[in-house]
Amino acid sequence: MARTHVTTVVNGDETEFLTDDSTSLLNALRDEVGLTGAKEGCGTGDCGACSVMVDDKVTCACLVFAPEVDGSTILTVEGLADSGELHPLQQCFLEGAALQCGICTPGFLISAKALLDKNPDPTETEIRYALAGNLCRCTGYDKIIRAVQEAAREMRDQ
Amino acid sequence: MAITEENPGYKWVGTRPIRPDGLEKVTGKAQFGADLMLPGMLFGKVVRSPHAHARIISIDTTAAEAMVGVKAVITGSDFPDLAANGAHPSEIDVANNTIAREKVLYEGHVVAAVAATTREQAEAAAKAVEVTYEILPHVLTVDEAMADDAPLLHEGMITKGVDPAPEEASNVASKILHERGDLDQGFGEADVVVEREFTTKPVHQGYIEPHAAVADANSDGRAHIWCSSQGHFQMRAYSASVLGISPGMLKVTAAEIGGGFGGKTVIYLEPLAVRLSQRAGRPVKLVMDRDEVFRATGPTSGTRIKVKMGVAKDGKITAAEVWMAYEAGAYAGSPVGAAGMTAIACYDIPNFVVEGYDVVCNKPRVAAYRAPGAPMAAFAVESVLDELARDIGMDPIDIRLANAAVEGTQASYGPKFPRIGFVETLEAIKDHPNYTADLGPNQGRGIAAGFWFNAGMMSSATVHINENGTATVVTGSPDIGGSRQSMALMAAEELGIPYESIKAVVADTETVGFNDVTGGSRVTLATGAAVVDACRLIIEDLRARAAKTWDVELDQVEWVDGQAQHVEGAQPPLSMKDLAAKSGRTGGPISANASLNSRGVGAGFSTQLCDVEVDPETGVTRVVRYLTAQDAGRAISPDYVEGQMQGGVVQGIGWALSEEYIHDSDGVMENPGFLDYRIPVASDLPMIDCAIVEVPNPAHPYGVRGVGEVGIVPPMAAVGNAINDALDVRMTDLPMSPVKVLEALNEQRD
Repeated sequence: MARTHVTTVVNGDETEFLTDDSTSLLNALRDEVGLTGAKEGCGTGDCGACSVMVDDKVTCACLVFAPEVDGSTILTVEGLADSGELHPLQQCFLEGAALQCGICTPGFLISAKALLDKNPDPTETEIRYALAGNLCRCTGYDKIIRAVQEAAREMRDQ
Repeated sequence: MAITEENPGYKWVGTRPIRPDGLEKVTGKAQFGADLMLPGMLFGKVVRSPHAHARIISIDTTAAEAMVGVKAVITGSDFPDLAANGAHPSEIDVANNTIAREKVLYEGHVVAAVAATTREQAEAAAKAVEVTYEILPHVLTVDEAMADDAPLLHEGMITKGVDPAPEEASNVASKILHERGDLDQGFGEADVVVEREFTTKPVHQGYIEPHAAVADANSDGRAHIWCSSQGHFQMRAYSASVLGISPGMLKVTAAEIGGGFGGKTVIYLEPLAVRLSQRAGRPVKLVMDRDEVFRATGPTSGTRIKVKMGVAKDGKITAAEVWMAYEAGAYAGSPVGAAGMTAIACYDIPNFVVEGYDVVCNKPRVAAYRAPGAPMAAFAVESVLDELARDIGMDPIDIRLANAAVEGTQASYGPKFPRIGFVETLEAIKDHPNYTADLGPNQGRGIAAGFWFNAGMMSSATVHINENGTATVVTGSPDIGGSRQSMALMAAEELGIPYESIKAVVADTETVGFNDVTGGSRVTLATGAAVVDACRLIIEDLRARAAKTWDVELDQVEWVDGQAQHVEGAQPPLSMKDLAAKSGRTGGPISANASLNSRGVGAGFSTQLCDVEVDPETGVTRVVRYLTAQDAGRAISPDYVEGQMQGGVVQGIGWALSEEYIHDSDGVMENPGFLDYRIPVASDLPMIDCAIVEVPNPAHPYGVRGVGEVGIVPPMAAVGNAINDALDVRMTDLPMSPVKVLEALNEQRD
C-alpha cells in the first residue's frame, strides 16, 4: 500500500515522514517521528493527553489524520524548552509540584501555553475553562492551576 | 497550618524541593508504558468477548493467522491449565481473568490475542478471529446475583465464612461478620435511631494512561517485560504463574506509570505479550484502548449497604448495624472485607454488627481502588451519622468528637489503636476559617470522616555512595506520585548530604531486592524505612572507615552533618566526599542493602468539609469550597502529601456527583469513554484546601503513616451531607447526578 509523504516543521525542525492515510497525527509523531511526549489517554479527544499545537492552535493529535498536517508547523512538549532552558510553565510545574504521575503533563503544558499566548493575564476561572479539555486524575487540578497562575505572572514580569 | 507536637528540626524532611524525576516529565522524556519501541517490535491486539456471560464453543484462528503481517495468534489453550496443575484458586482466577478458557464472564473478557507487523494489521487480524459462543443468562448487580435461582458464574462456588457451609452453590463467594456487645440493648439505650439504605455503582480508577506492556522473549524461555504497573515484582509473580514458569525466567522493568490508584496492582497484558513474543520470536507491544480499560480492567464495586444507628441525646452512639453486599465482578475478591473493617472504625461503639457479602456478577473483575471498599461504607455510615446529629441538634464535628476513636480504643475490627490522629483532624476542620465561612442561597455544608489502615508489607532498598560522595538510592517501588522525592529527602536527612546530591531511582526485578506493590499507602512508610535502614548501615560503615583511617576505636567517631567527626576533635573531620575518594583503601565501594517486613503501620484518618451549591431548577450540584484535614504522621514531602490529599478528594467528588458504570440489559457497558464516564475536569472544581495534621507514627523513624488512600473515603458523604444541608434532601444513591437530585426535590415538593 502506498504511503503518504508528509512534510512539516516539528519543534522548529523540518521533518518529513511517511504515513498511512488512516494513521493519526499522534501515532505518526510517536511511531514515525519518534516523539513520544504526546500521550494517548483515550483516542477520542476527551482527555487532552495528546495535545499539540498545529499552526498555533491546540489540537488533539489523536483526532487528526497525519496527512492533514502536511505543510503545518507543529509544537510538542519536546519543543517547549528553548536550547535546554525550560519554558516558565515547565519551571512552574516543577516548582509547584503540579504533576504526580506526569502522563497528562505534556498536554497540560501545551494547552496552558496556548492560553497564555492569547491571554497573558487569565483569571482562575479562565484557566480552569481553558484547561477543561485536559484530564488529570492525580492532582485534583489545584496545583496545576496555581502553576499556570505563577507562570503567567513570571511571563508578564519578563 | 500543620499541627505539630514538636519542631523536629529536620533539614530536609518536610521541605519542598523539585522532585528527582520532574525534569523528564515536563520535557516529554519520561518513558511510560506505551512509549518503548524495540527493533523489530510487533504490535499486538486483544480479542474480547462481546457477551456478558457465554460458553466458548470454539475459536477459529485460521483466517487471522493467514493474514498479511500476522506473526502470532494465541488463545486460552496456549497457557497451562492451572486448575489441572492443582494451583491455588486465586491463581486460577488470575489466569482465567487474563484469558478465558471455557466461559467468558463479562463483556470485554479476553478470548484471544494477535501480534502483527503494524497496528492496523493487528486490529484487522483481531477482528478475523472467529469465536462461537453459547450465550448464557447473566447477572449484573448484587440483587440479581443474590436472587433465588440466579444463574451461576462459577458452578462450584460455596459461600465461605458461613457455618455450617451451604450445600448449594451460589454467587456469594464469602460472608464477613464483625460483632460486639448487644445490639438490642444498644438500640434500647438510643434516643434517636436512623435506618437508611444506600446504593453505589462501580466506578473506575480512571488513570489517564491505559495499560501497556512490551515483552521480548528469548528462545531459552526467558523474557523481559517492560510495563507500567504498581509493582513489577507482583507483575513478575502473576505473569510467571499464568505462563507456568519460574519467576526467575522473567525480568520486569518498571516503566513510568501514568496513574494507577490500585488498578495497576494486577496483570492484564503481560503474560499475553510474553506468549505472543515467544510464538513470534520478536518483541511485542500490547496497549489497551480507553474503552478496553473501562470494559475489562478493574473498577471498584457497586454496592448495596444498609445502616441502622442509634444515639443518645448526649451524642454517644449506642449501637450500629451495617449490612453490605459488594460486587466482585467476575471472580471472588471484592473489597467487602476491608469495608467491614473500616465501616465504623472511626468510632468507639459499644454494640454493633457488621455483616458483608462478596458477590460475583458478570462485570469486569474489580481491582483495588484507593482505600478499597472503605468509601462506599463511609458514604452510608457518615450520611446516617449526619442525620443523627441533625435529629439531636448537635454539631457534626461535636458528634464525631463525642465518639472518636483515640489511642487505646479497641478498633471495631479487633486490635487496640496505637497513637492516632483522628481527633486532631476534627479539630483542624473546626479551627479552619472554612468552617464558619458564610453560605449563600442554595448552598450547604457537609462534614464527613474516614479511616484507612495503611499497609506495611515488604520492601528492599540499596544505597550506593558514588566516588564523589553523592548517593544513589535504589528501590523497587514504582513511583506513582512523588515517592522518589520522599526517598531522597529521608536519605539526605540520614546521610547529612544535600538532597540534590542524591539520585533516587526505581530499579528492575534483577537489580534490587523484592518490593511489594506500590499500594496501601505503603511506599514512604515501608520502602522509606528500608532506605533509612540502608543509610544507617552506610553511616556505620563510614564511621568504621574513619576509625580505621584515624586508628581509633569506633566509639571515638560520630557522624554529624554529613561528616565523620572525632568525638574529642582530635582529628580533622572526614566528609562524605573524603571518605568516598578513599574508599578503595578503606574496604572498597561503599554500599548497603536493607530489606524489611513492615514494623508497624500507622492508621490514617481524614475529616473533610464540603460546601456545595445546588441549582434547584436543574439539580446540578457544584462544589464551591472544600477543605480536607488528614493525619500524615509526618509529611516528608508536603507538596506531594497535599497532592495525594487533593487527588483523593477530587476522585471522591467524581464518585459523588458524576461517575458510574452504565450497562445495558445485555450486560454491555454503555459509557466506556471519558465523554460519557465523566470524571471531574478543572472547570468543575474550586481549589482544594489542605490541613496536614502530623501525629507521628511511633513505628516509623520519621513518623510516617502513609497518605495515599484515606482522602477518598469521606468525600461522597461530605458532598451528600452538604446537599442535604442546602436543600433538606437525603441522597442515598450514587452518583448524586442532577436527575436524581431533581427527583429527590420533586418528591419533597409533592
